[in-house]
Amino acid sequence: MTATAQGSVGAPLGRLEGPQKVTGAARYAAEYPQDDLAYGWIVPSPVACGTLDAVVVDPLQDAIAVLWHGNVPALAAVDDPELAVLQSEKISYRGQPVALVIADSLEAARRAAQTLSLSITAGEKPDTVLREDHPGLYTPETVNPSFPAESAMGDVDKALKSAYIAIDEVYSTPALHNNPMEPHATIARWDGDSLTVFDSNQHPSGVAATLGEIFGAANVHVVAEHIGGGFGSKGTARPNAVLAALGARVTGRPVKVVLPRQQMFSIVGHRTPTIQRIRLGADRDGTLTAIDHQATSQSSRLFEYAEQTAVVTRHMYAAPNRRTGHQLARLDMPTPRWMRAPGEAPGMVALECAVDELAERLGMDPIELRIRNEPAVEPESGEPFTSRHYVECLRRGAQRFGWSGRDHRPGRRREGDWLIGTGVAGATYPTMVQPSTARVRRLAPDRFEVAIGAADLGTGARTILAQIAADALGVPASAIDIKIGDSTLPVASVAGGSSGSASWGWAVTGACRALVASSSPEAVFDTTELVGKQGTAGRHAFGAHFAEVRVDTVTGEVRVSRLYGMYAAGRILNPRTARSQFLGGMIMGMGMALHEEGVLDPAFGQWVNNDLAGYHIPAHADVEEIDAEWLDEHDDQINPMGSKGIGEIGIVGSPAAIVNAIWHATGIRVRDLPVRLDKLLPDLGA
Amino acid sequence: MRLTVNGVDHDLDLDLRTTVLDALREHLGLTGAKKGCDHGQCGACTVLLDGRRVNSCLLLAVAHQDAEITTIEGLNDHPVQRGFLDHDGFQCGYCTPGQICSAVGMLDEVEKGWPSAVTQDSDRLSDSEIKERMSGNLCRCGAYPNMVPAIHQAAGR
Repeated sequence: MTATAQGSVGAPLGRLEGPQKVTGAARYAAEYPQDDLAYGWIVPSPVACGTLDAVVVDPLQDAIAVLWHGNVPALAAVDDPELAVLQSEKISYRGQPVALVIADSLEAARRAAQTLSLSITAGEKPDTVLREDHPGLYTPETVNPSFPAESAMGDVDKALKSAYIAIDEVYSTPALHNNPMEPHATIARWDGDSLTVFDSNQHPSGVAATLGEIFGAANVHVVAEHIGGGFGSKGTARPNAVLAALGARVTGRPVKVVLPRQQMFSIVGHRTPTIQRIRLGADRDGTLTAIDHQATSQSSRLFEYAEQTAVVTRHMYAAPNRRTGHQLARLDMPTPRWMRAPGEAPGMVALECAVDELAERLGMDPIELRIRNEPAVEPESGEPFTSRHYVECLRRGAQRFGWSGRDHRPGRRREGDWLIGTGVAGATYPTMVQPSTARVRRLAPDRFEVAIGAADLGTGARTILAQIAADALGVPASAIDIKIGDSTLPVASVAGGSSGSASWGWAVTGACRALVASSSPEAVFDTTELVGKQGTAGRHAFGAHFAEVRVDTVTGEVRVSRLYGMYAAGRILNPRTARSQFLGGMIMGMGMALHEEGVLDPAFGQWVNNDLAGYHIPAHADVEEIDAEWLDEHDDQINPMGSKGIGEIGIVGSPAAIVNAIWHATGIRVRDLPVRLDKLLPDLGA
Repeated sequence: MRLTVNGVDHDLDLDLRTTVLDALREHLGLTGAKKGCDHGQCGACTVLLDGRRVNSCLLLAVAHQDAEITTIEGLNDHPVQRGFLDHDGFQCGYCTPGQICSAVGMLDEVEKGWPSAVTQDSDRLSDSEIKERMSGNLCRCGAYPNMVPAIHQAAGR
């Protein structure tokens, strides 16, 4: 597809790095050749709490160095205690790195790590299970990233008492694991006081700043040209980056540290389990009079990560009486962190399943119930929405999916052994823009270089930024050389929170416009001030998910026959990559609904299914008919492109749509994800 | 030790514990084959060994000195690669070389008439045939829906 001048944005341009990716030429972090490379292997703690007193190296093994808290140089503390690797004898969770073994070969490092003797004083029985009545529960000051933990309007309890109908249910979601296909990986090399790091991360500028602080190094160069997915788990520097740099410093050689898949379940973050209580009160016509969403989740002893599970309920539906709150338990468990749509994804499982239950009790079409409660402004802040086309997504989506004529009673459609049902759920994700800087240079009269320290982890960012630059310069996209994935480029925000392209694209637009307006061969544009000046408003993307499932009455197997998403997410910059992102989010949502669960061994504080055989992520055969479409939306109160973010909204609501469809097929409400066959079979009564 | 990769013989001094995957990635600079799990669970390391698709992380190099190994680097503008480009059959690209090598091997299996678990009419390469036969290759980005038409295109449908 050749994009023409003034028309690049919106064109389905193929990924610029596509040819490299299909030929194996695209280089990921662990793939940069180094002279005299050494290999590091992380030794994870075998206990959930206690102290490491000594390590003994098997003399038969060929280790160059074994680093542990007894012999490593001190690191400067940063705001993430997880990065203070090997700095203390204290063990905070099973799987925490307690030593790094370095050897000349991968095989030797792995074997030396496996044979390393750890002398450990184990702590008391670890506290590993999240419960709604956990004695250590407390309300954090804020929830991720900085929302108040609680909110309240009106009198919820009174409204619930006088409601025509009230729902009071508890929903739970399990620990989920990001599992990008590329494991977290780092090659680190010191040249004097300068540190070069090839690292798989979503934020080269941020990782460089963090490593600079930890090692007191003024000159840190982070390269992240291609990233094999992250889904939040590579949003900040992870222990592998610090350990590789530490190993390189101690040995004086470049050191490569690649996490084995098993370690990715514990040391890079995961989605916290949640327990959520939802109470809804409504009038006879479905008008909500009260909404209460209370979320309980966990964090580690090391670090308070408080997921914003109930925050989404503050923006979704109108009701005069409302309350949200969060409680946290600190356990002898790994630290949860960002996983695709932290907060919104689990929060909307509870809210959207509860709304479906309310529709059932009222005998209403769940779409009409949602439309009845559409707010005119953000319900808690009173701020206007910059754009909100949720109702249109529901209506148009219903049309495209084929919703009309649905018998809203459950268990009415049967084909042989299969029960068939359909479900709907809303989707939303906040629209965020973060300060970034871009630079553009005129290389020749018809050739431009656009540079920004952004990261493309499969989103299509590289391609989209070239399209944005092309339009701002009035040239075809083929006239742009785009440089990203390197911390020596102008500072950019994280590829996270669905904010990447919306933020970087603004900086790129600014730089290109500045170049056009001047006679200079180079222009730099920093959006910090403009972003800071943006007033408050309700900035969100919306969508609606529809699912058709069939449930085998003999085996309890659930198949998602159809999954459909309709979105209103600002201007779509590249329909080809956008569709892929939407579909990818929906498929991850299918995993959340049906398959994915970190299964806890409470005695050891470990997920026992910590590999890709035990933790099933959706495979080819799980995906049947699936599609995503969007409304023509352009929001001029976000950025010059009129775009919102699209990376996460696909996983918000799609799990609830599937769970609601399972109820419609079978009449069984499963309120504890994932909906495995063992949760359906007892009540299926074939 | 000798390994034949993409038609070229290599003399290597390898640890007996070295897998075909690590030999390719760490010793031959052929990093197209990816390491996703190192346990044969994800398929990112898929290469062709004497024409058949294999998980190279599960094979010891020392045991495959007589084999012809073909990696993504050895596929020369293959229709499957073209199909993946034309249909956006990838996002992050990390599982992609494995998906492509797997699809090449899979199409050959179909050609030979080997059935799969869902085969009903062996003459027809249906969507469900492709999905079933490709299910050993995981993609966390969820690019599956685009890989199916990519593979159909390569198969000449």
